[in-house]
Amino acid sequence: MAGTVPSASLRDTFPKLLLENVRVRGDKPANREKDYGIWLAWSWAEIAGEIRALVCGLQTLGVERGDKVCICGDNRPHLYWALTAVQALGAVPVPVYQDSVAEEMQFIYAHAEAKFAIVENQEQVDKLLEIRPQIPALKSIIYNDSRGMMHYQQDFLYKYSDVQDSGRRFDAANPGFFVASVEQGAGSDVCAMLYTSGTTGRPKGVMLSFDNLLITANNGCLREGLSEDEETLAYLPMAWIGDNIFSHAQAYCAGYCVSCPESSDTVLQDLREIGPTYFFAPPRIYESLLTTVMIRIEDAAKIKQSMFHYFMAVAKRVGMDILDGKPVALVDRLLYGIGNILVYGPLKNVLGLSKMRVGYTAGEAIGPDIFAFYRSMGLNLKQLYASTEASVFITIQPDGEVNPESSGTPAIGVEVRIADDGEVMFKSPGVFQAYFKDDEATRETKTEDGWVHTGDAGYFDEQGHLRIIDRSKDVGKLRDGTLFAPKFLENKLKFFPHIKEAVTFGDGQDFVTAFINIDLESVGNWAERRNIAYSGYTDLAGQPAVYDLIQACVEQINNDLAADAKLAGSQIHRFLLLHKQLEADDGELTRTSKLRRAPIAERYADLITALYAGKTICPVEVRVTYEDGRTDTINANVEIRDAATTRAAAQAAE
Amino acid sequence: MTNIRKVSDEILLAVDGISLSFGGVKALNNISFDVRKGEIRAIIGPNGAGKSSMLNCINGFYHPQEGQITFKGETRQQMQPHKAAEQGIARTFQNIALFKGMSTLDNIMTGRNLKMKTNFLWQALHLGPARREEMENREAAERVIDFLEIEQIRKTPVGKLPYGLQKRVELGRALAAEPDLLLLDEPMAGMNHEEKEDMCRYILDVNDQLGTTIVLIEHDMSVVMDISDRVVVLDYGSLLADGTPDVVRADQDVINAYLGVTHE
Repeated sequence: MAGTVPSASLRDTFPKLLLENVRVRGDKPANREKDYGIWLAWSWAEIAGEIRALVCGLQTLGVERGDKVCICGDNRPHLYWALTAVQALGAVPVPVYQDSVAEEMQFIYAHAEAKFAIVENQEQVDKLLEIRPQIPALKSIIYNDSRGMMHYQQDFLYKYSDVQDSGRRFDAANPGFFVASVEQGAGSDVCAMLYTSGTTGRPKGVMLSFDNLLITANNGCLREGLSEDEETLAYLPMAWIGDNIFSHAQAYCAGYCVSCPESSDTVLQDLREIGPTYFFAPPRIYESLLTTVMIRIEDAAKIKQSMFHYFMAVAKRVGMDILDGKPVALVDRLLYGIGNILVYGPLKNVLGLSKMRVGYTAGEAIGPDIFAFYRSMGLNLKQLYASTEASVFITIQPDGEVNPESSGTPAIGVEVRIADDGEVMFKSPGVFQAYFKDDEATRETKTEDGWVHTGDAGYFDEQGHLRIIDRSKDVGKLRDGTLFAPKFLENKLKFFPHIKEAVTFGDGQDFVTAFINIDLESVGNWAERRNIAYSGYTDLAGQPAVYDLIQACVEQINNDLAADAKLAGSQIHRFLLLHKQLEADDGELTRTSKLRRAPIAERYADLITALYAGKTICPVEVRVTYEDGRTDTINANVEIRDAATTRAAAQAAE
Repeated sequence: MTNIRKVSDEILLAVDGISLSFGGVKALNNISFDVRKGEIRAIIGPNGAGKSSMLNCINGFYHPQEGQITFKGETRQQMQPHKAAEQGIARTFQNIALFKGMSTLDNIMTGRNLKMKTNFLWQALHLGPARREEMENREAAERVIDFLEIEQIRKTPVGKLPYGLQKRVELGRALAAEPDLLLLDEPMAGMNHEEKEDMCRYILDVNDQLGTTIVLIEHDMSVVMDISDRVVVLDYGSLLADGTPDVVRADQDVINAYLGVTHE
């Protein structure tokens, strides 16, 4: 298998790597945290001392090899140290989402049979006290921040620093204990258990070994050339696999410093102060950064506005090519250089991204405009395809070959293949050991020879890049056998600011059709600027001008799809604008705003029939439920339009 | 919440026979009550009952014509606000009185004014002792910011903040003075339910963790009954009742003043 395996048993566990880092770069900062408005730093030697004290302290509390220790709180150096300390004792840390409600926590604590908990503060302690009667296995709770804890008398509560103090006393009496305990660990040991978010049923405990995390992390470092000089900000939940890799495993492998924000509300300011070189964010963070920029530009003076728009247009034209090292005309290069001094540089500085060398995004599809905005300013933003079961990396976009639609090429050491039914499968050193106490699920997900089913449908494009289209179970086929991936099409539609929600149909049909919800704010604003009067959503969605607007969006997508041989057949032939917004209250969306396809298909069966029957207008009557529980019916005539499709054959001839 | 606070028997503040009038209007009429060290004492009453006037007398802004006030064993009849501040009394106002153009941090730093001893020249040059003093006071201000969890608005001009946060900054400025007695004039006026809950928690935390004695005026009865140890009820400048929330709640005079009397 490709990639380097840290075969030397000196480096095969986190605690061993910690000691290695103390030897190699003991004085370099390992963690930073902002406290009382000042960034405090701990060197590798200092964190090793803190961790050693905690290891010995946990030993005195009775933590044994194989015990599960839940860790829960915001990103704090003390909690990252706890990860390593628990591992040094041969126990297994189980990071838990800090915003979980008590019942969700109860499930995880009970399922993991956790005996200890190391938590951040009073809030987390209170949640545990509430569910404690249901989780008898839990013996002790250790808390870091003692604020508000003064009057808690329970004898199973311990303060983090007190545990460390008793650990120091134990260490003085048993000086050989720590190193001996660290040396007992081996790369094949389970070193962390992460619960998958559980969008499909109950959360499952994914068991990962030191080898899984460290070999994958190391390969990731090699791929991007990460060194001990990187700066990162740890702000995503510790219970998420990505944070374990970016803020813990890779930091230990490469020896770089991880900074923790002052609080979750100050992340954007802290980002600017730290200036990370290696940055990860889900698409929504990039979106909100962009929105803040655009709002401030709207408020800026005319001259600044025109300067911004002029140079952003230059960047849009040539910025991505410059970043990818493609040839660009000299004039454009000069303009881009000026733009960099006047606009892009200061803007990156404001966003805290001036020093960013590598930026990742994953989790969901990122809008091509947002992606292009950052890349055109010279920020090396890349998409990756990741999963907990893979210890993050499956595919990464290589430098110079970044395309908003693909997820890149397999990461070092990862093999990816497409199963006969179109499902993406992978095999890598990061493949998880098993699901905890769930052999059946393990067998369903992981084959005998180590291949993992992702449940995603995808294919490799001509460049050899993986493209993920949808969850396998949602992917269907048109009557002529063309692939139909509803979510892929709906995402494309939703990237237009005017479109809020979309539902596409096509499985077993002759062509693809779509329901569309307009974005009331965005289209409303558009209508006001054109003096189009409207009374509400239903009225606005029925306006011919709005239909024209959306039709242009649909036709643009059809044009894009035509360029892709595999997807050309799934162009949207007919569409309609729904007369009401899809609502969770009506059972059309889940509480997290995901489409519930079956109820929608049932509810709007008449409209679907009309779409395929070639009608141009369809009367509907729909019951709606208001938030207070009252119901009402809405009658409307919904117009149905044909959208022009682009012939794939014409494209093929080009 | 397991709340086992210690309220001592020591009297921190005693108000004895206070009468205050503006011309012919009697704002306060022979009011007497005391505040024990470490307690949360509420003053309630309908509009115009004289609650704010009472606070203004305690911190020396108004000078009552009759009666005396004993604070930390020192009895006085006339008092200047800056003397009250030096003795350890801090307050917040019914209408927010912050410096709108200054940042949260700067506003809180103004609460440290009395703790700064170096002269103007040293401060202007930012040299020697003034520099050390600035660092000490900044640290104290940062502790307040941490305590009230307002890190994210440290550098934001106060005028741009929503109302609830401005109230919190004002509390922060009062806390920065490290007072023994904190006077809060309607700290929750105009807040929504969630903001009120937050503010209640901060008031309890201040009392519990910093050991500050608190006198507060509040209209929201559920808040008053929940957080205060003892309640003084004023009506038209007179003392109507004084006791624990349960006693006050059951008092017929209080019920009449608040709910009106039924005439049969």
